[in-house]
Amino acid sequence: MTALATAAPALDLRTRFYEELDPLLDAHPDVDVVLAVIGTGYMSRAIERHPGRVIDVGIREQALIGVAGGLALAGRRPIVHTFASFLVERPYEQVKLDLGHQDVGAVLVSAGASYDVSAGGRTHQAPADVALISALPGWTVHVPGHADEVAEILHREAAGTGRVYVRLSGQRNSRPGPVDGRLHLVRDAGTGAGGTGGPGASGPLVVAVGPMLDTVLEATADLPVRVAWTATPHPLDAEGLRALAGPAPALAVVEPYLEGTSAAAVAAALVDRPSRVLHVGVPGEVELRRYGTPREHAAAHGLDAAGIRRRVTALLG
Amino acid sequence: MTTTSAPPAETATVPPSVRRLVARVTGDEKHDPSAHSTLDVVWTLYDQVLRVRPDRPDDPDRDRFLLSKGHGPASTYAVLAAKGFFPEKWLDDVGTWDSPLGHHPDRTLVPGIEIGSGSLGHGLPIAVGLALGLRGRSPARVVVLVGDRELHEGSNAEAIQVAGRFGLGALTCVVVDNHRAGEGWPGGIAARFDVEGWATADVDTRDPGRLAEALLYTEPDRPTAVVVDTTAAALRTRGAAA
Repeated sequence: MTALATAAPALDLRTRFYEELDPLLDAHPDVDVVLAVIGTGYMSRAIERHPGRVIDVGIREQALIGVAGGLALAGRRPIVHTFASFLVERPYEQVKLDLGHQDVGAVLVSAGASYDVSAGGRTHQAPADVALISALPGWTVHVPGHADEVAEILHREAAGTGRVYVRLSGQRNSRPGPVDGRLHLVRDAGTGAGGTGGPGASGPLVVAVGPMLDTVLEATADLPVRVAWTATPHPLDAEGLRALAGPAPALAVVEPYLEGTSAAAVAAALVDRPSRVLHVGVPGEVELRRYGTPREHAAAHGLDAAGIRRRVTALLG
Repeated sequence: MTTTSAPPAETATVPPSVRRLVARVTGDEKHDPSAHSTLDVVWTLYDQVLRVRPDRPDDPDRDRFLLSKGHGPASTYAVLAAKGFFPEKWLDDVGTWDSPLGHHPDRTLVPGIEIGSGSLGHGLPIAVGLALGLRGRSPARVVVLVGDRELHEGSNAEAIQVAGRFGLGALTCVVVDNHRAGEGWPGGIAARFDVEGWATADVDTRDPGRLAEALLYTEPDRPTAVVVDTTAAALRTRGAAA
């Protein structure tokens, strides 16, 4: 972070991503950034200092992913960015074939998570992005909740070779967490009002993914539940989940995207024990045809503190 | 253009031994027009144009041939086998459980195959990325083969535009024009490339000298498109099969 020492690093995840590109291109000579216009106005320093390495293909999202696949075949490490709708959904077959089937890697970084662009309507919302990416072989999905996590993830993955999806959201937590791919216990039941267990207790567990942590902590402040967190829902830390869940868990998984995205992975992790699992996320059955703010959308989807509290309370019976 | 009275010059370029290899893939009794329509181009590329070596299939500076039109890979398989990239006996059980050769090729299974293809419209955008990634770092050329019907896919239009704007001199797109694009291409296929700044050539597949010349031609600051009319050859192939 020395390169940015003169100014405080941005707290907004997307802004931090743009800030990080210049030092990232310095540190990783094989990295190229591939864009479809979105973001080009926010990275003039990277564009100036690294001629030819920030590639804007225009509003051509099939070419965006195809070009990234070709760059990877040439030995480059592409970082590819646009809104989630146009990064994952529109060129989904390119993601499947031009990266996956060619057996090459890339770092796909999306902005406009779930209902971030609430006033933009359905065309700019892609809450199924993590489910879609997770349905393809060999992908890792990071859902950071803090700008410092974004920087750490980017630098680590820029040095790798795998297929990586990084979902940036407007929603964020007040503090960064460890982005090591593991599930971490953030709050033990003993610290919540009415909590009965101490460390190592096996009471109900609420798993918060990425930027949902602060909301989950608020929602469950006085509930007898433990709270765990991960910034990497795919592949899910099954070993960590089994260790935290206990022998007969009541479990809630709170994800800021399509509800049930992690359901199969959670079920597979807990197949050896009886369990009750609640999945909280963006409902997939009905299209919410309203504009408004992200906060209003969170409330409508039951993803605000009140909504999460309601559903976790019901799980506790 | 569709005359059948021209001398079968193609037989002079593609050796009978290579045609027999194609037949080992497709079966003697059934002719596969999609395989034969590409044979002249693929043979000319591997015989006279591409700097590739079967003993160094992963050389970072090798020229790349991308068979975007993954349908009918028999000619490419045959040529790669003829050039020693893999044993000829691989050609005898294509599409079976134990064979690395499928009806659409997989780059991870076959030495010399640069991309997995089959779904149309993926090769040209990948070729653009390859050429961008190699530019200034390698003398390698990138040659991608597409079909005239494959050009229907909009992803090709995106790639033609991007390659033209970026001036990718190492990139060549060969369009094998079987004239099977039902509603045709008003103004011609080459015009689609020309308007985006590509250097273009129209070649008849029956003219091996001109074909090789067109495939060898490059310009430093803009990509090249070679539109190969195979209609006469395809007619002859069908005639021979009948």
